[in-house]
Amino acid sequence: MFYREAGDFKTSYADDSQTFPIKFDRYRYWVVLAFAFLVVPFIINDYWLNAVVLPFLIYSVAAIGLNILTGYCGQVSLGSGGFMAVGAYACYKFMTSFPGMDIFSVILLSGFVTAAVGILFGLPSLRIKGFYLAVATLAAQFFLVWLFNKVPWFYNYSASGQINAPERTVFGYAVTGAETQAWAVYLVALVIVVLLAVIARNLTRGSLGRKWMAIRDMDIAAEIIGVNPMTAKLSAFAISSFYVGISGAMFFVLYLGAVEVGEAFGIGKSFIILFMVIIGGLGSIFGSFAGAAFMVLMPVLLKNVMVGQLGWATDLAAHFEFVIVGGLIIVFLILEPHGLAQLWRLAKEKLRLWPFPH
Amino acid sequence: MKFTKLAAAAVAAVITAAPVMADLVVPSLSYRTGPYAAGGIPFADGYADYLTLLNERDGGVGGEMIKVTECETGYNTEKGVECYEATKGEGALVYEPLSTGITYQLIPKATADDIPVHTLGYGRTSAKNGDVFSHVFNYPANYWDGASGMVNYLLETNNDDISGKTIALVYHNSAFGKEPIRTLEELGKKHGFKLTLLPVDHPGQEQKSQWLQIRREKPDYVLMWGWGVMNQVAIQEAANVRFPMENFIGIWWSGAEHDVLPAGEAANGYKAVTFHGVGSDFPVYDDIKKHVVDAGKAAGSGDNVGSVLYNRGLYAAMLAVEAIKDAQAATGKSDITAGDLRDAMEGLEITEARMESLGLGGFGPEFKVTCENHGGDGLVGVAQWDASAKTWSLISDFKPTDAEVIDALIKEDSEAYAKENNIESRCN
Repeated sequence: MFYREAGDFKTSYADDSQTFPIKFDRYRYWVVLAFAFLVVPFIINDYWLNAVVLPFLIYSVAAIGLNILTGYCGQVSLGSGGFMAVGAYACYKFMTSFPGMDIFSVILLSGFVTAAVGILFGLPSLRIKGFYLAVATLAAQFFLVWLFNKVPWFYNYSASGQINAPERTVFGYAVTGAETQAWAVYLVALVIVVLLAVIARNLTRGSLGRKWMAIRDMDIAAEIIGVNPMTAKLSAFAISSFYVGISGAMFFVLYLGAVEVGEAFGIGKSFIILFMVIIGGLGSIFGSFAGAAFMVLMPVLLKNVMVGQLGWATDLAAHFEFVIVGGLIIVFLILEPHGLAQLWRLAKEKLRLWPFPH
Repeated sequence: MKFTKLAAAAVAAVITAAPVMADLVVPSLSYRTGPYAAGGIPFADGYADYLTLLNERDGGVGGEMIKVTECETGYNTEKGVECYEATKGEGALVYEPLSTGITYQLIPKATADDIPVHTLGYGRTSAKNGDVFSHVFNYPANYWDGASGMVNYLLETNNDDISGKTIALVYHNSAFGKEPIRTLEELGKKHGFKLTLLPVDHPGQEQKSQWLQIRREKPDYVLMWGWGVMNQVAIQEAANVRFPMENFIGIWWSGAEHDVLPAGEAANGYKAVTFHGVGSDFPVYDDIKKHVVDAGKAAGSGDNVGSVLYNRGLYAAMLAVEAIKDAQAATGKSDITAGDLRDAMEGLEITEARMESLGLGGFGPEFKVTCENHGGDGLVGVAQWDASAKTWSLISDFKPTDAEVIDALIKEDSEAYAKENNIESRCN
């Protein structure tokens, strides 16, 4: 009724190729953004920020990054945790070597460093595919974690190998370190996430995204129609690593503040991000957000219900958490193999016909 | 939409789970799941049981009941952050995170929130310098004391000469395991022993190559900085390569019953340093049995009473409660704040008479906390495992460690931290 293309006339090419062709979607998008920018900063507190919102935003960026590589370009990667570590350690080195640099440039530069490392580890993708590539990226994961543990230069020779984020301010408000305000950290993270999501959305709609999808769907056919597999695959690795690196940098400076590579960026992190992408939906930016929300919110929600509401023992609740989240993942994959994004797509299809489905 | 429903449910759950303001809130960031649960469970049980005992027997502390809020971290820093944020709003008095990673997280946060953190024999060693780390306390002993205590013990058993000996350090490849390296290197220079480093990656089930190297190089002694499942694997592997157990010394986190029991008879003679007494031969355990265990109020399954890590949890709770008592006496009110407790912790003095009155005579060393010294005197003893009797027994009394080497390192590390974070001297 209100959700339809009919009656929404486009008079220019720009209108015709806009991100949200349906008027309702456009309004919804602006309402969500307005809520996120104008309402949430006033109501957010430390608990919501650190337990729910910040991990959600940061994992969303990582999931978008992996989705570009795996969902759009079809290259399976298990190295996301390692690339996040590159972002975090690059960020640390920039922050301690150039104390005057502002936090946005530091995070951006960390992304570029990670992109370079990503290209390096993407080179094998030119020769190997599928499971074999997954194993090659797994090697990247283990190598990078080992490297940051082994070489003391990366953690400035500190006794314990931990890296700590020094304080940085934006417009005079601390956003890293101990004396932060919840709303300030939130806004910094939100600005970065929104910018990256818009860029990712438009990249995947443009010629580069089409090249990636052509490679994903059939690389030989893509090559025959004129897609250069080397530039397509390496650009996917570079841009994906850029996103993952930025999420690693944010994970370190905005979220945890102190990080130890084996614990924070181990193989478990790579798997969690891969799960987010699969549960959210391969090849969908919305799916990345949905997957990140599912994986971040579910455990916190279950914990609060089981321990806070029902008063169960904490260990029992923790074990049930594994059972329930694991079970839900299986259920989701059986009922909807294309992830949460597909549910969203189906809902939109139904909504177009509502209330007269026949 | 499922997602929005979930989000709505999450909002509802968190809002309705809003905390009730209780009297004295002592959060317990425990881990009863994951690869480190074997150590986390007895510690959390001991911590909770001692506080339950005070509630049941004395009606709390100074007339105020204690509320223990347990939060499961799984030894994971991200969950640790969630737990910290979830419990700090309830008026948490002191944090005992039992994880080096989470401690590093909490040092700046808790300092900003004016909540003390007590890291009993773990965490950041240089936090002993209270001039820099105003809200972190690591009394009565820290890792560098542990390392020095091990070396002192070796000196003692070798007629004060270990030059030319080789010592291998098998360590958890994390902030926790790396802590002693610099101290051992310094001590190696001083006493002329050679140090070999053998890192073991999390969680530590895979140690074949490290122990093959030990078998090949035959070091005179092996020291271990392990935790969780890593300990039992290491002791089993040591038995497999027939390394003499009496030359194998673990840190206090590698010296509990569950670490040595799986290797059976082969673990006989294994040693571990400690900073508190072993066994349950103290009067307080009679009260715990009467008021907590027999009353069915024990934390967990109640079968850990008297084990090494249970004792340590109990010791941590006891030290926290003594500081609470001091704070109540100093402020003259029973409902103290976290800031009051911090001030009291800074002046805490544990004497033999005080421990005696608590039913814990001789349980730990005497020590006194000052503004400059948040770490106590660092007295370290050695315990040995008797596999046939299945008990730990102290074979070396609590003795001082090499303050000359340790203090210089603490000064260096804490001053680097102070410089990085622009912390000014506050003690004088």
